[in-house]
Amino acid sequence: MKFINYLTSITGIGIFPLISLLVFFVFFVLLGFYIMKADKVRLNYLAAMPVEKNEKDQNKTTGINN
Amino acid sequence: MITSPPAAELTPENPEIRPAPSQPIENFSYDNTSVKWFAYATIIWGIIGMTVGLWVALDLVFPQLNLGLAFTSFGRTRPLHTNAVIFAFVGNGIFMGVYYSLQRLCKARMYSDTLSKLHFWGWQLIIVAAVITIPLGYTSGKEYAELEWPIDILITIVWVIFGINMFGTIIKRRERHLYVAIWFYIATFVTVAVLHIVNSVEIPVTFMKSYSWYAGVQDALVQWWYGHNAVAFFLTTPYLGLMYYFIPKVAQRPVYSYRLSIIHFWALIFLYIWAGPHHLLYTSLPDWAQSLGVVFSIMLLAPSWGGMINGLLTLRGAWDKVREDVVLKFLVVAVTAYGMATFEGPMLSLKSVNGIAHFTDWIVAHVHVGALGWNGFLTFGILYWLIPKMFRTQLYSRKLANAHFWIGTLGILFYAIPMYWAGFAQSLMWKEFNADGTIANSFLDTVTHLAPMYALRSLGGVLYLTGVIMMTYNLIKTVKAGSFLANEEAEAPALAKHYVTHGKEHWHRWIERRPTQLLIFSLIVILIGGAIEFIPTFLVKSNIPTIASVKPYTPLELEGRDIYVREGCYTCHSQMIRPFRSETKRYGEYSKAGEFVYDHPFQWGSKRTGPDLHRIGGKYQDDWHYNHMYEPTSTSSGSIMPAYPWLFENKIDYTVTPKKILAMQTLGVPYPEGYDKIAVVDAQKQAKAITANLKKTLGKKGLIAPLSPDHEIIAVIAYLQRMGTDIKAKAPVTDTTSKK
Repeated sequence: MKFINYLTSITGIGIFPLISLLVFFVFFVLLGFYIMKADKVRLNYLAAMPVEKNEKDQNKTTGINN
Repeated sequence: MITSPPAAELTPENPEIRPAPSQPIENFSYDNTSVKWFAYATIIWGIIGMTVGLWVALDLVFPQLNLGLAFTSFGRTRPLHTNAVIFAFVGNGIFMGVYYSLQRLCKARMYSDTLSKLHFWGWQLIIVAAVITIPLGYTSGKEYAELEWPIDILITIVWVIFGINMFGTIIKRRERHLYVAIWFYIATFVTVAVLHIVNSVEIPVTFMKSYSWYAGVQDALVQWWYGHNAVAFFLTTPYLGLMYYFIPKVAQRPVYSYRLSIIHFWALIFLYIWAGPHHLLYTSLPDWAQSLGVVFSIMLLAPSWGGMINGLLTLRGAWDKVREDVVLKFLVVAVTAYGMATFEGPMLSLKSVNGIAHFTDWIVAHVHVGALGWNGFLTFGILYWLIPKMFRTQLYSRKLANAHFWIGTLGILFYAIPMYWAGFAQSLMWKEFNADGTIANSFLDTVTHLAPMYALRSLGGVLYLTGVIMMTYNLIKTVKAGSFLANEEAEAPALAKHYVTHGKEHWHRWIERRPTQLLIFSLIVILIGGAIEFIPTFLVKSNIPTIASVKPYTPLELEGRDIYVREGCYTCHSQMIRPFRSETKRYGEYSKAGEFVYDHPFQWGSKRTGPDLHRIGGKYQDDWHYNHMYEPTSTSSGSIMPAYPWLFENKIDYTVTPKKILAMQTLGVPYPEGYDKIAVVDAQKQAKAITANLKKTLGKKGLIAPLSPDHEIIAVIAYLQRMGTDIKAKAPVTDTTSKK
């Protein structure tokens, strides 16, 4: 029997939104834990990545500020 | 060989972050040429796309601007506008920003200059193909996915080239950690790929004609899953990546909260993918899917505003700079517009609000707050910052840029406010009843009432476009005054091959260093949403109760339907009567899911500039349609619909009809075996009957053009007269939802 037969016979699709909610909930609880525990120093480093000056040719002006 | 210097100023005393001291410093250069080309393309296509936008806006005030020509009629120019601004203007804007920021965040040159060139020219080729084919009427009839199958394939190839170039750069990077902007780029790449491929599954009939693989309700679900996520993953996530790079860069301040950005990223991509069904509230889509769309849309408010707050608060302590720096002004208004649009979006997803707003100009206003404010202003801000930097000079005129900022802001207001007004007015007029229970306003009354609002909106468009032209002049002058730095020299320590972790590592930190795994995770996250909505709608029969009296279109009706699709009628007319008294009273019985099972593609539409057409069949005589299509004002005084004189000259192309029948059979439409061989004869028979009827009712005097059964107008009349009539045959609705 083809797999599609099992899919077509899904009953009680009302459970789908519940499953979705559960998947969503668990993922974000885990993510929440990570966020709380994450190392602040490291986060500060990451937050500053675009600002980092590591280009050889440092043009200090943004071209229009001065 | 030089060894790496001590940790940089911003590098904390953290062994995980500090570059390994033994790594040699490598010299390399950033490729600015690709960035420059994408920047130029952004500006050029922006002007073209917005000019077409202004033109289509004026079409609604002065219908003569349709010019009476097939390629310049609203149904073809409107998709040209949407495709041009989304894929040409914003598309090139994305690549400009990604190519600039990715190199710097990865401390590496783009993976391959050849791929960069292929990507650039491939993308422009797609746009040129769109500019040629859309006005010629080659369309798949699905909003924002109009391009026909050969171009769809080209898009896939070019997108893969972009992906290889991006991933190649990420893989050869010299910075261990992937900054949050890169996550957004990766999610954009993978999701747009999935969206484009799934929504473009179609069966080719000829070189430039195809039918959507899906039909009716299923096609609608796939299309709006695509349509909504085109907004999410083409107009939003890549631009959020740009926001996370350019706001800190321009303001020279770190992101307000990196924690928030992590939540922002996952919550946004997780939730967005589910929200598509909010475009289909009160339609024939199963209720559970509609509810799912609503719930996730409401939840989207949290990450969207989290992102907005993160962007704006990055400027904490630097607000004085906003007063001085025009780039920051553009960026701040962009992020604010993002906040407004993403507050309004969830509100519009509430069924009660949606019942009022859907199909009206309110949605047009909503979309343009996002497009003009968020995408437009962010792009302008980046351009004003990038061009002087790459050309090693000052901006030609700061005053002019400031003037652009104000005229652009005014343009947005002049666009949005009249359209909100128009939307409310339209909805209230549609829903107004007289004391005796009859409908108070004819549809035409509601159309003519809106003319001043449409005119004001056009003024908003003029102001906004003027700003863009001022910017172009300013940037041309800047380019001329500067000298372009094609290869920007840089140096960074090489990345150690073996990464030594320090102690137990958290799962998320692990993924932050791994682009491929991040891609797979993002893919899984977005697939869950799609799969949970699609599988039941596609496979559980109870979702689309079949109706025994609904039969496939006759070959002539099918030809007429293809012309309806070609002319882009869906840009102004819906085919979806919602179960409201104001709609059933005006249009007839509300639309049932089972009525659309042979509609490849579905044509429910998303905007009612004209009335709904689902029950147009049998409402008027053939001669009414005949006159109306030739000169709409002859039957409906004050109508702003374009005239379609070419339908009275062009002959129906019967050479492809058998192929169309075969394609439909492949898609499961139950034409009898071998019907393709007699389809043309059947079509001609029906065409003769319609022509004879027209001759009888019109007489010789009423004939506008030589009447022939071969003219396209006959097929269009056949289709219009068929629409929504099947259920009037009074066959019982097979309710497969009832328990056995």
